[in-house]
Amino acid sequence: MPTENAQGELLKVTFTHPMPYDWSIGLYGSRFFQEIKENRRFIGIRCHGCGLVYVPPRRVCGPCFTELTELVPLSDTGVITAFSVVNYPFIDPNTGAQRPIPYTYGYIRLDGADNIFSHIINETDLNRIRVGMKVRAVFRETEKMEGNIQDIRHFQIIG
Amino acid sequence: MDNAAIVGVAQTKYERRKKDQIFADLVFDVTRAALDDAGLGIDDIDSVVTVSNDFFDGRTISGMAVGDACGGQDKNISTVSGDGTFGAFYGLMRVLSGYKATIVVAHCKGSEGSLPLATNGMFDPIFQRHLGIDAISSAAIQANVYLTRYGIREEDIAQVSVKNHGNARRNPFAQLPMEITVADVMKSRKIAEPLKLLDCCPISDGAAAIIIAGEEVVARCKTKPAWIKGVAHCSEDYLLGDRDLANPVALRDAARRAYKMAGIRNPLAEIDVAEVLEPFSYMEPLWLEGLDICEPGKGFRMIDEGVTVMGGKLPVNPSGGALSANPVLVAGLARLIEASLQVRGDAGARQIKGAGTALAHGFNGPCGQSHCVWIVGGNR
Ligand SMILES: [Zn+2]
Repeated sequence: MPTENAQGELLKVTFTHPMPYDWSIGLYGSRFFQEIKENRRFIGIRCHGCGLVYVPPRRVCGPCFTELTELVPLSDTGVITAFSVVNYPFIDPNTGAQRPIPYTYGYIRLDGADNIFSHIINETDLNRIRVGMKVRAVFRETEKMEGNIQDIRHFQIIG
Repeated sequence: MDNAAIVGVAQTKYERRKKDQIFADLVFDVTRAALDDAGLGIDDIDSVVTVSNDFFDGRTISGMAVGDACGGQDKNISTVSGDGTFGAFYGLMRVLSGYKATIVVAHCKGSEGSLPLATNGMFDPIFQRHLGIDAISSAAIQANVYLTRYGIREEDIAQVSVKNHGNARRNPFAQLPMEITVADVMKSRKIAEPLKLLDCCPISDGAAAIIIAGEEVVARCKTKPAWIKGVAHCSEDYLLGDRDLANPVALRDAARRAYKMAGIRNPLAEIDVAEVLEPFSYMEPLWLEGLDICEPGKGFRMIDEGVTVMGGKLPVNPSGGALSANPVLVAGLARLIEASLQVRGDAGARQIKGAGTALAHGFNGPCGQSHCVWIVGGNR
Protein backbone atom coordinates (compact mmCIF):
# COMPACT_ATOMS: atom_id res chain seq x y z
CA MET A 1 0.00 0.00 0.00
CA PRO A 2 2.53 2.61 -1.11
CA THR A 3 1.60 6.29 -1.04
CA GLU A 4 2.71 8.72 -3.70
CA ASN A 5 4.22 12.07 -2.84
CA ALA A 6 5.06 13.32 -6.31
CA GLN A 7 2.13 15.75 -6.32
CA GLY A 8 3.18 17.64 -3.24
CA GLU A 9 0.70 17.48 -0.39
CA LEU A 10 -2.15 15.71 -2.24
CA LEU A 11 -1.38 12.04 -1.70
CA LYS A 12 -2.91 8.86 -3.08
CA VAL A 13 -3.05 5.24 -1.97
CA THR A 14 -2.66 2.44 -4.50
CA PHE A 15 -4.13 -1.08 -4.27
CA THR A 16 -2.76 -3.55 -6.81
CA HIS A 17 -3.84 -6.99 -5.61
CA PRO A 18 -6.80 -8.70 -7.32
CA MET A 19 -10.11 -9.59 -5.69
CA PRO A 20 -10.66 -13.27 -6.58
CA TYR A 21 -13.94 -15.01 -7.45
CA ASP A 22 -14.94 -18.63 -7.96
CA TRP A 23 -17.95 -18.60 -10.31
CA SER A 24 -20.08 -21.68 -10.86
CA ILE A 25 -20.70 -22.24 -14.56
CA GLY A 26 -24.04 -23.96 -13.93
CA LEU A 27 -25.69 -26.96 -15.55
CA TYR A 28 -26.21 -25.71 -19.12
CA GLY A 29 -22.98 -23.73 -19.20
CA SER A 30 -21.12 -26.85 -18.20
CA ARG A 31 -22.91 -28.80 -20.97
CA PHE A 32 -21.80 -26.13 -23.45
CA PHE A 33 -18.12 -26.62 -22.63
CA GLN A 34 -18.46 -30.43 -22.41
CA GLU A 35 -19.97 -30.46 -25.91
CA ILE A 36 -16.98 -28.50 -27.21
CA LYS A 37 -14.58 -30.96 -25.61
CA GLU A 38 -16.43 -34.12 -26.66
CA ASN A 39 -17.74 -33.17 -30.11
CA ARG A 40 -15.89 -29.96 -31.07
CA ARG A 41 -19.17 -28.17 -31.76
CA PHE A 42 -21.57 -25.82 -30.00
CA ILE A 43 -24.83 -26.55 -28.24
CA GLY A 44 -27.80 -24.21 -27.89
CA ILE A 45 -31.23 -24.37 -26.31
CA ARG A 46 -34.68 -23.89 -27.87
CA CYS A 47 -37.57 -21.91 -26.39
CA HIS A 48 -40.95 -23.62 -26.79
CA GLY A 49 -42.66 -20.27 -26.45
CA CYS A 50 -41.10 -18.36 -29.34
CA GLY A 51 -39.05 -21.09 -31.04
CA LEU A 52 -35.77 -19.18 -30.78
CA VAL A 53 -32.53 -21.10 -30.26
CA TYR A 54 -30.16 -19.42 -27.80
CA VAL A 55 -26.44 -19.95 -27.49
CA PRO A 56 -24.87 -20.32 -24.97
CA PRO A 57 -27.78 -22.23 -23.44
CA ARG A 58 -29.52 -20.73 -20.42
CA ARG A 59 -32.58 -21.55 -18.31
CA VAL A 60 -34.89 -18.70 -19.23
CA CYS A 61 -36.13 -16.93 -22.36
CA GLY A 62 -36.38 -13.27 -21.35
CA PRO A 63 -39.21 -12.18 -23.67
CA CYS A 64 -41.32 -15.32 -22.96
CA PHE A 65 -40.30 -15.80 -19.32
CA THR A 66 -40.48 -19.57 -19.81
CA GLU A 67 -38.08 -22.28 -18.71
CA LEU A 68 -35.90 -23.72 -21.45
CA THR A 69 -35.06 -27.44 -21.49
CA GLU A 70 -34.51 -28.58 -25.10
CA LEU A 71 -30.77 -28.59 -25.83
CA VAL A 72 -30.01 -28.39 -29.56
CA PRO A 73 -26.64 -29.42 -31.08
CA LEU A 74 -25.19 -26.81 -33.44
CA SER A 75 -22.19 -26.95 -35.76
CA ASP A 76 -18.89 -25.08 -35.42
CA THR A 77 -19.64 -22.46 -38.09
CA GLY A 78 -21.41 -19.14 -38.27
CA VAL A 79 -21.65 -15.71 -39.94
CA ILE A 80 -20.09 -12.39 -38.89
CA THR A 81 -22.86 -9.92 -38.03
CA ALA A 82 -20.58 -7.19 -36.61
CA PHE A 83 -16.97 -6.74 -35.62
CA SER A 84 -14.53 -4.21 -34.23
CA VAL A 85 -10.78 -4.09 -34.63
CA VAL A 86 -9.70 -3.01 -31.16
CA ASN A 87 -6.56 -0.89 -30.85
CA TYR A 88 -6.24 -0.24 -27.14
CA PRO A 89 -4.63 -2.58 -24.60
CA PHE A 90 -6.79 -4.89 -22.55
CA ILE A 91 -5.70 -6.76 -19.44
CA ASP A 92 -7.49 -10.11 -19.22
CA PRO A 93 -9.16 -10.12 -15.78
CA ASN A 94 -8.91 -13.92 -15.81
CA THR A 95 -5.19 -14.28 -16.43
CA GLY A 96 -3.73 -10.79 -15.90
CA ALA A 97 -2.11 -11.07 -19.33
CA GLN A 98 -2.40 -8.35 -21.93
CA ARG A 99 -3.95 -9.38 -25.22
CA PRO A 100 -1.73 -8.31 -28.13
CA ILE A 101 -3.26 -5.39 -30.05
CA PRO A 102 -4.86 -4.95 -32.43
CA TYR A 103 -7.35 -7.80 -32.08
CA THR A 104 -10.81 -8.26 -33.55
CA TYR A 105 -13.87 -8.69 -31.43
CA GLY A 106 -16.54 -10.52 -33.40
CA TYR A 107 -20.29 -10.73 -33.19
CA ILE A 108 -21.17 -14.09 -34.75
CA ARG A 109 -24.50 -15.74 -35.54
CA LEU A 110 -23.77 -19.45 -35.17
CA ASP A 111 -25.50 -21.63 -37.76
CA GLY A 112 -28.74 -22.91 -36.24
CA ALA A 113 -28.90 -20.25 -33.51
CA ASP A 114 -31.10 -17.14 -33.46
CA ASN A 115 -29.14 -14.94 -31.09
CA ILE A 116 -25.53 -13.86 -31.43
CA PHE A 117 -22.39 -15.32 -29.90
CA SER A 118 -19.26 -13.28 -29.39
CA HIS A 119 -15.61 -14.24 -29.66
CA ILE A 120 -12.30 -13.21 -31.21
CA ILE A 121 -11.81 -13.38 -35.01
CA ASN A 122 -8.19 -13.86 -36.12
CA GLU A 123 -8.27 -11.18 -38.83
CA THR A 124 -7.33 -7.55 -38.15
CA ASP A 125 -6.95 -6.34 -41.76
CA LEU A 126 -10.02 -4.22 -42.54
CA ASN A 127 -9.65 -5.11 -46.22
CA ARG A 128 -10.11 -8.79 -45.47
CA ILE A 129 -13.04 -8.81 -43.04
CA ARG A 130 -16.65 -7.90 -43.76
CA VAL A 131 -20.06 -8.37 -42.18
CA GLY A 132 -21.64 -11.46 -43.76
CA MET A 133 -18.47 -13.57 -44.03
CA LYS A 134 -18.58 -17.21 -42.91
CA VAL A 135 -16.39 -18.23 -39.98
CA ARG A 136 -15.44 -21.48 -38.30
CA ALA A 137 -14.40 -21.99 -34.68
CA VAL A 138 -10.81 -23.04 -34.01
CA PHE A 139 -10.69 -25.06 -30.81
CA ARG A 140 -7.80 -25.99 -28.55
CA GLU A 141 -6.32 -29.46 -28.73
CA THR A 142 -8.76 -31.68 -26.78
CA GLU A 143 -6.18 -32.77 -24.20
CA LYS A 144 -5.45 -29.10 -23.38
CA MET A 145 -9.10 -28.10 -22.92
CA GLU A 146 -10.02 -26.71 -19.49
CA GLY A 147 -13.78 -26.32 -19.78
CA ASN A 148 -13.78 -22.56 -20.26
CA ILE A 149 -14.20 -19.98 -23.02
CA GLN A 150 -10.50 -20.24 -23.88
CA ASP A 151 -11.17 -23.76 -25.23
CA ILE A 152 -12.25 -21.75 -28.29
CA ARG A 153 -9.03 -20.15 -29.58
CA HIS A 154 -10.82 -17.87 -32.03
CA PHE A 155 -12.94 -17.95 -35.17
CA GLN A 156 -11.35 -17.93 -38.62
CA ILE A 157 -12.83 -16.65 -41.84
CA ILE A 158 -13.71 -19.43 -44.29
CA GLY A 159 -15.35 -17.36 -47.02
CA MET B 1 -48.39 14.10 -13.53
CA ASP B 2 -48.37 17.60 -12.07
CA ASN B 3 -47.74 17.26 -8.35
CA ALA B 4 -43.96 16.84 -8.12
CA ALA B 5 -41.13 19.07 -9.28
CA ILE B 6 -37.38 19.39 -9.36
CA VAL B 7 -36.72 22.32 -7.05
CA GLY B 8 -32.94 22.35 -6.63
CA VAL B 9 -29.99 21.21 -8.73
CA ALA B 10 -26.20 21.27 -8.50
CA GLN B 11 -23.18 19.97 -10.36
CA THR B 12 -19.46 20.06 -9.75
CA LYS B 13 -17.22 21.12 -12.56
CA TYR B 14 -16.28 17.90 -14.35
CA GLU B 15 -12.56 17.20 -14.56
CA ARG B 16 -10.17 14.41 -15.48
CA ARG B 17 -8.90 14.04 -11.97
CA LYS B 18 -9.95 15.80 -8.79
CA LYS B 19 -7.01 15.07 -6.61
CA ASP B 20 -8.00 17.51 -3.91
CA GLN B 21 -11.35 15.81 -3.15
CA ILE B 22 -12.46 12.32 -2.18
CA PHE B 23 -15.83 11.35 -3.62
CA ALA B 24 -17.67 12.14 -0.37
CA ASP B 25 -16.29 15.69 -0.63
CA LEU B 26 -17.88 16.03 -4.06
CA VAL B 27 -21.21 14.81 -2.69
CA PHE B 28 -21.02 17.23 0.25
CA ASP B 29 -20.45 20.16 -2.12
CA VAL B 30 -23.35 19.34 -4.46
CA THR B 31 -25.71 18.55 -1.58
CA ARG B 32 -25.19 21.99 -0.06
CA ALA B 33 -25.34 23.68 -3.46
CA ALA B 34 -28.63 21.95 -4.38
CA LEU B 35 -30.15 22.98 -1.02
CA ASP B 36 -28.99 26.55 -1.62
CA ASP B 37 -30.45 26.47 -5.13
CA ALA B 38 -33.82 25.40 -3.72
CA GLY B 39 -33.67 27.67 -0.70
CA LEU B 40 -34.11 24.68 1.60
CA GLY B 41 -32.23 23.36 4.62
CA ILE B 42 -31.21 19.77 5.24
CA ASP B 43 -34.10 19.45 7.72
CA ASP B 44 -36.53 20.01 4.86
CA ILE B 45 -35.29 16.77 3.27
CA ASP B 46 -36.87 13.56 4.55
CA SER B 47 -35.61 11.02 2.00
CA VAL B 48 -32.21 10.41 0.41
CA VAL B 49 -31.21 8.42 -2.68
CA THR B 50 -27.55 7.99 -3.53
CA VAL B 51 -26.27 6.80 -6.90
CA SER B 52 -22.93 5.02 -7.22
CA ASN B 53 -21.22 1.93 -8.56
CA ASP B 54 -19.23 -0.39 -6.31
CA PHE B 55 -16.68 -1.30 -9.00
CA PHE B 56 -15.91 2.34 -9.76
CA ASP B 57 -15.68 3.21 -6.08
CA GLY B 58 -13.72 0.05 -5.22
CA ARG B 59 -16.02 -0.36 -2.26
CA THR B 60 -18.89 -2.69 -1.42
CA ILE B 61 -22.22 -0.87 -0.81
CA SER B 62 -20.50 2.30 -1.99
CA GLY B 63 -23.54 4.42 -1.16
CA MET B 64 -22.85 4.00 2.55
CA ALA B 65 -19.67 6.03 2.24
CA VAL B 66 -21.53 9.19 1.21
CA GLY B 67 -24.43 9.06 3.69
CA ASP B 68 -22.94 11.68 5.97
CA ALA B 69 -22.00 13.95 3.09
CA CYS B 70 -25.54 14.07 1.68
CA GLY B 71 -27.28 14.66 4.99
CA GLY B 72 -28.54 11.11 5.32
CA GLN B 73 -28.22 11.04 9.11
CA ASP B 74 -31.50 9.78 10.68
CA LYS B 75 -33.16 9.64 7.27
CA ASN B 76 -34.44 6.93 4.97
CA ILE B 77 -31.45 6.50 2.65
CA SER B 78 -31.11 4.02 -0.18
CA THR B 79 -28.77 3.51 -3.11
CA VAL B 80 -29.29 2.98 -6.81
CA SER B 81 -26.46 1.30 -8.67
CA GLY B 82 -27.49 2.58 -12.07
CA ASP B 83 -27.71 5.74 -14.09
CA GLY B 84 -28.53 8.97 -12.24
CA THR B 85 -31.84 9.24 -14.09
CA PHE B 86 -32.84 5.91 -12.48
CA GLY B 87 -31.89 7.30 -9.07
CA ALA B 88 -34.07 10.31 -9.79
CA PHE B 89 -36.89 7.97 -10.80
CA TYR B 90 -36.61 6.24 -7.44
CA GLY B 91 -36.50 9.62 -5.71
CA LEU B 92 -39.71 10.65 -7.50
CA MET B 93 -41.42 7.41 -6.47
CA ARG B 94 -40.57 8.20 -2.86
CA VAL B 95 -42.09 11.66 -3.14
CA LEU B 96 -45.22 10.25 -4.78
CA SER B 97 -45.48 7.72 -1.96
CA GLY B 98 -45.61 10.44 0.67
CA TYR B 99 -42.11 11.75 1.44
CA LYS B 100 -42.00 15.54 1.26
CA ALA B 101 -38.65 16.01 -0.44
CA THR B 102 -35.99 13.62 -1.71
CA ILE B 103 -32.43 14.59 -2.49
CA VAL B 104 -30.76 12.44 -5.16
CA VAL B 105 -26.97 12.57 -5.25
CA ALA B 106 -24.66 10.85 -7.73
CA HIS B 107 -20.89 10.66 -7.76
CA CYS B 108 -18.14 9.02 -9.77
CA LYS B 109 -14.38 9.29 -9.83
CA GLY B 110 -13.44 7.64 -13.10
CA SER B 111 -9.85 8.57 -12.36
CA GLU B 112 -9.43 6.16 -9.48
CA GLY B 113 -10.16 2.68 -10.80
CA SER B 114 -9.56 0.96 -14.12
CA LEU B 115 -12.40 1.86 -16.49
CA PRO B 116 -11.66 -1.05 -18.86
CA LEU B 117 -11.75 -3.52 -15.97
CA ALA B 118 -14.71 -1.90 -14.21
CA THR B 119 -16.75 -1.87 -17.42
CA ASN B 120 -15.51 -5.34 -18.42
CA GLY B 121 -17.06 -6.27 -15.08
CA MET B 122 -20.54 -5.56 -16.53
CA PHE B 123 -20.26 -8.67 -18.65
CA ASP B 124 -20.67 -12.37 -18.02
CA PRO B 125 -17.47 -13.75 -16.47
CA ILE B 126 -17.84 -17.21 -18.00
CA PHE B 127 -18.50 -16.45 -21.66
CA GLN B 128 -17.53 -12.83 -22.29
CA ARG B 129 -15.09 -11.04 -20.01
CA HIS B 130 -12.04 -12.93 -21.18
CA LEU B 131 -12.64 -11.72 -24.73
CA GLY B 132 -11.84 -8.13 -23.75
CA ILE B 133 -15.35 -6.72 -24.10
CA ASP B 134 -15.87 -3.48 -22.17
CA ALA B 135 -17.77 -0.20 -22.52
CA ILE B 136 -15.71 0.93 -25.51
CA SER B 137 -15.47 -2.31 -27.51
CA SER B 138 -19.18 -3.07 -26.99
CA ALA B 139 -19.97 0.45 -28.19
CA ALA B 140 -17.76 -0.17 -31.23
CA ILE B 141 -19.77 -3.30 -32.02
CA GLN B 142 -23.02 -1.34 -31.70
CA ALA B 143 -21.62 1.40 -33.93
CA ASN B 144 -20.61 -1.22 -36.50
CA VAL B 145 -24.13 -2.73 -36.49
CA TYR B 146 -25.79 0.71 -36.73
CA LEU B 147 -23.54 2.16 -39.43
CA THR B 148 -23.69 -1.04 -41.49
CA ARG B 149 -27.50 -1.30 -41.24
CA TYR B 150 -28.17 2.19 -42.59
CA GLY B 151 -25.06 2.93 -44.66
CA ILE B 152 -24.05 5.74 -42.31
CA ARG B 153 -20.53 7.15 -42.83
CA GLU B 154 -18.05 7.69 -40.02
CA GLU B 155 -18.01 11.38 -40.98
CA ASP B 156 -21.74 11.56 -40.26
CA ILE B 157 -21.35 10.51 -36.64
CA ALA B 158 -18.19 12.63 -36.25
CA GLN B 159 -20.47 15.68 -36.63
CA VAL B 160 -22.02 14.88 -33.25
CA SER B 161 -18.64 15.24 -31.56
CA VAL B 162 -18.02 18.55 -33.35
CA LYS B 163 -21.44 19.90 -32.32
CA ASN B 164 -21.33 18.77 -28.71
CA HIS B 165 -17.75 19.78 -27.93
CA GLY B 166 -18.62 23.12 -29.54
CA ASN B 167 -21.73 23.47 -27.34
CA ALA B 168 -19.61 22.68 -24.28
CA ARG B 169 -17.85 26.02 -24.74
CA ARG B 170 -20.98 27.63 -23.27
CA ASN B 171 -21.17 25.25 -20.29
CA PRO B 172 -18.95 26.17 -17.33
CA PHE B 173 -19.26 22.63 -15.89
CA ALA B 174 -18.00 20.84 -19.03
CA GLN B 175 -14.64 19.11 -19.05
CA LEU B 176 -13.84 19.30 -22.77
CA PRO B 177 -15.09 22.45 -24.49
CA MET B 178 -13.44 22.29 -27.90
CA GLU B 179 -13.64 23.89 -31.29
CA ILE B 180 -12.97 20.97 -33.65
CA THR B 181 -13.84 19.86 -37.17
CA VAL B 182 -15.04 16.59 -38.67
CA ALA B 183 -11.52 16.20 -40.07
CA ASP B 184 -10.09 16.45 -36.55
CA VAL B 185 -12.38 13.66 -35.40
CA MET B 186 -11.56 11.52 -38.44
CA LYS B 187 -7.83 11.80 -37.96
CA SER B 188 -7.88 11.24 -34.20
CA ARG B 189 -6.44 7.96 -32.95
CA LYS B 190 -8.34 4.76 -33.79
CA ILE B 191 -9.63 3.30 -30.53
CA ALA B 192 -11.89 0.46 -31.67
CA GLU B 193 -13.12 0.37 -35.26
CA PRO B 194 -15.13 2.48 -36.24
CA LEU B 195 -14.65 4.69 -33.16
CA LYS B 196 -11.85 7.25 -32.97
CA LEU B 197 -10.66 9.03 -29.84
CA LEU B 198 -12.91 12.03 -30.51
CA ASP B 199 -15.95 9.76 -30.96
CA CYS B 200 -15.51 8.71 -27.32
CA CYS B 201 -16.24 10.44 -24.01
CA PRO B 202 -13.43 11.37 -21.65
CA ILE B 203 -12.77 9.80 -18.25
CA SER B 204 -14.23 12.17 -15.67
CA ASP B 205 -14.56 12.92 -11.98
CA GLY B 206 -17.65 14.69 -10.68
CA ALA B 207 -20.89 14.70 -8.75
CA ALA B 208 -24.40 16.08 -9.11
CA ALA B 209 -27.52 16.44 -7.00
CA ILE B 210 -31.20 17.22 -7.47
CA ILE B 211 -34.04 17.76 -5.03
CA ILE B 212 -37.46 16.41 -5.98
CA ALA B 213 -40.35 17.71 -3.90
CA GLY B 214 -44.08 17.46 -3.57
CA GLU B 215 -46.40 20.48 -3.80
CA GLU B 216 -46.15 21.49 -0.15
CA VAL B 217 -42.38 21.93 -0.31
CA VAL B 218 -42.43 23.35 -3.85
CA ALA B 219 -44.46 26.29 -2.57
CA ARG B 220 -41.72 27.12 -0.05
CA CYS B 221 -38.79 26.99 -2.47
CA LYS B 222 -37.14 30.11 -3.77
CA THR B 223 -36.41 28.64 -7.19
CA LYS B 224 -38.83 28.30 -10.08
CA PRO B 225 -39.77 24.59 -10.16
CA ALA B 226 -39.21 22.24 -13.09
CA TRP B 227 -42.48 20.29 -13.05
CA ILE B 228 -42.24 16.60 -13.83
CA LYS B 229 -44.65 15.95 -16.70
CA GLY B 230 -43.78 12.40 -17.66
CA VAL B 231 -41.20 9.73 -16.93
CA ALA B 232 -40.66 6.07 -17.80
CA HIS B 233 -37.92 3.49 -17.49
CA CYS B 234 -37.68 0.30 -19.59
CA SER B 235 -35.13 -2.45 -20.00
CA GLU B 236 -34.24 -5.19 -22.48
CA ASP B 237 -32.07 -8.32 -22.62
CA TYR B 238 -28.82 -8.57 -20.67
CA LEU B 239 -26.72 -10.29 -23.31
CA LEU B 240 -25.78 -8.08 -26.27
CA GLY B 241 -26.23 -11.06 -28.60
CA ASP B 242 -29.89 -11.32 -27.66
CA ARG B 243 -30.60 -7.72 -28.75
CA ASP B 244 -30.83 -5.88 -32.07
CA LEU B 245 -28.23 -3.24 -31.27
CA ALA B 246 -29.42 -0.86 -34.02
CA ASN B 247 -32.99 -0.83 -32.70
CA PRO B 248 -33.22 0.56 -29.16
CA VAL B 249 -36.59 -0.97 -28.26
CA ALA B 250 -36.31 -0.28 -24.52
CA LEU B 251 -35.75 3.40 -25.25
CA ARG B 252 -38.72 3.49 -27.64
CA ASP B 253 -40.92 1.88 -24.99
CA ALA B 254 -39.74 4.32 -22.31
CA ALA B 255 -40.15 7.34 -24.58
CA ARG B 256 -43.68 6.44 -25.66
CA ARG B 257 -44.77 5.88 -22.07
CA ALA B 258 -43.20 9.18 -20.94
CA TYR B 259 -44.79 11.07 -23.86
CA LYS B 260 -48.18 9.56 -23.10
CA MET B 261 -47.92 10.60 -19.46
CA ALA B 262 -46.88 14.12 -20.51
CA GLY B 263 -49.58 14.38 -23.19
CA ILE B 264 -47.00 14.71 -25.98
CA ARG B 265 -48.16 13.51 -29.41
CA ASN B 266 -45.45 14.92 -31.65
CA PRO B 267 -42.14 15.02 -29.77
CA LEU B 268 -40.24 16.96 -32.45
CA ALA B 269 -42.86 19.70 -32.45
CA GLU B 270 -43.67 19.80 -28.76
CA ILE B 271 -40.25 19.46 -27.09
CA ASP B 272 -38.06 22.57 -27.09
CA VAL B 273 -34.71 21.10 -26.04
CA ALA B 274 -33.31 17.62 -25.33
CA GLU B 275 -30.39 16.37 -23.29
CA VAL B 276 -29.51 12.77 -24.17
CA LEU B 277 -26.76 10.59 -22.74
CA GLU B 278 -24.25 10.03 -25.57
CA PRO B 279 -20.85 8.89 -24.29
CA PHE B 280 -20.13 7.87 -27.89
CA SER B 281 -20.91 10.03 -30.92
CA TYR B 282 -23.07 7.47 -32.79
CA MET B 283 -25.37 7.20 -29.76
CA GLU B 284 -26.97 10.62 -30.18
CA PRO B 285 -28.59 9.88 -33.56
CA LEU B 286 -29.46 6.32 -32.51
CA TRP B 287 -31.18 7.54 -29.36
CA LEU B 288 -33.05 10.26 -31.32
CA GLU B 289 -34.48 7.41 -33.41
CA GLY B 290 -35.44 5.52 -30.26
CA LEU B 291 -37.06 8.69 -28.92
CA ASP B 292 -39.32 8.90 -32.04
CA ILE B 293 -37.80 12.29 -32.82
CA CYS B 294 -36.89 10.94 -36.26
CA GLU B 295 -37.36 7.72 -38.23
CA PRO B 296 -34.99 4.77 -37.85
CA GLY B 297 -31.84 5.34 -39.90
CA LYS B 298 -32.43 9.10 -40.20
CA GLY B 299 -30.84 10.29 -36.96
CA PHE B 300 -27.50 11.12 -38.58
CA ARG B 301 -29.14 13.73 -40.84
CA MET B 302 -30.40 15.84 -37.94
CA ILE B 303 -27.27 18.00 -37.72
CA ASP B 304 -27.01 18.57 -41.49
CA GLU B 305 -30.67 19.52 -41.53
CA GLY B 306 -30.05 22.01 -38.74
CA VAL B 307 -32.57 20.42 -36.37
CA THR B 308 -30.38 19.54 -33.38
CA VAL B 309 -27.88 22.39 -33.48
CA MET B 310 -28.15 25.50 -31.28
CA GLY B 311 -30.86 27.62 -32.87
CA GLY B 312 -32.44 24.56 -34.52
CA LYS B 313 -35.98 23.26 -34.13
CA LEU B 314 -34.90 20.88 -31.34
CA PRO B 315 -31.41 21.60 -30.00
CA VAL B 316 -29.85 18.45 -28.55
CA ASN B 317 -27.24 18.62 -25.79
CA PRO B 318 -26.67 22.38 -25.51
CA SER B 319 -24.52 21.45 -22.50
CA GLY B 320 -22.06 19.49 -24.63
CA GLY B 321 -23.43 16.18 -23.39
CA ALA B 322 -21.48 13.20 -22.15
CA LEU B 323 -18.95 13.54 -24.98
CA SER B 324 -17.77 16.65 -23.15
CA ALA B 325 -17.80 15.10 -19.64
CA ASN B 326 -18.79 11.59 -18.61
CA PRO B 327 -18.65 10.92 -14.89
CA VAL B 328 -20.42 7.56 -15.17
CA LEU B 329 -23.94 7.51 -13.61
CA VAL B 330 -23.60 11.23 -12.76
CA ALA B 331 -23.82 12.05 -16.47
CA GLY B 332 -27.45 10.93 -16.69
CA LEU B 333 -28.41 13.07 -13.70
CA ALA B 334 -26.56 15.95 -15.36
CA ARG B 335 -28.88 15.57 -18.36
CA LEU B 336 -31.92 15.94 -16.07
CA ILE B 337 -30.30 18.93 -14.33
CA GLU B 338 -29.61 20.58 -17.67
CA ALA B 339 -33.22 19.99 -18.81
CA SER B 340 -34.47 21.50 -15.54
CA LEU B 341 -32.24 24.56 -15.89
CA GLN B 342 -33.54 25.05 -19.43
CA VAL B 343 -37.22 25.15 -18.42
CA ARG B 344 -36.35 27.39 -15.47
CA GLY B 345 -34.57 29.78 -17.83
CA ASP B 346 -31.40 29.42 -15.76
CA ALA B 347 -29.12 27.71 -18.30
CA GLY B 348 -26.88 30.75 -18.77
CA ALA B 349 -25.02 31.01 -22.05
CA ARG B 350 -26.40 27.65 -23.18
CA GLN B 351 -30.05 28.67 -22.59
CA ILE B 352 -32.51 27.86 -25.37
CA LYS B 353 -34.72 30.92 -25.55
CA GLY B 354 -38.25 30.29 -24.38
CA ALA B 355 -37.72 26.60 -23.58
CA GLY B 356 -40.97 25.47 -21.99
CA THR B 357 -40.68 21.71 -22.33
CA ALA B 358 -37.45 19.73 -22.10
CA LEU B 359 -36.52 16.07 -22.46
CA ALA B 360 -33.79 14.34 -20.46
CA HIS B 361 -32.53 10.83 -21.15
CA GLY B 362 -30.19 8.47 -19.35
CA PHE B 363 -29.27 4.83 -19.85
CA ASN B 364 -27.39 2.09 -18.10
CA GLY B 365 -25.76 -1.13 -19.21
CA PRO B 366 -23.64 -1.74 -22.31
CA CYS B 367 -25.08 -0.31 -25.54
CA GLY B 368 -28.10 0.98 -23.61
CA GLN B 369 -29.69 -2.02 -21.94
CA SER B 370 -32.14 0.12 -20.00
CA HIS B 371 -33.27 3.68 -20.60
CA CYS B 372 -35.04 6.36 -18.61
CA VAL B 373 -36.85 9.28 -20.28
CA TRP B 374 -38.00 12.42 -18.47
CA ILE B 375 -40.19 15.30 -19.65
CA VAL B 376 -40.03 18.44 -17.53
CA GLY B 377 -41.90 21.70 -17.98
CA GLY B 378 -41.64 25.24 -16.70
CA ASN B 379 -45.39 25.61 -16.28
CA ARG B 380 -47.74 23.50 -14.32
ZN1 LIG C 1 -39.08 -17.52 -25.96
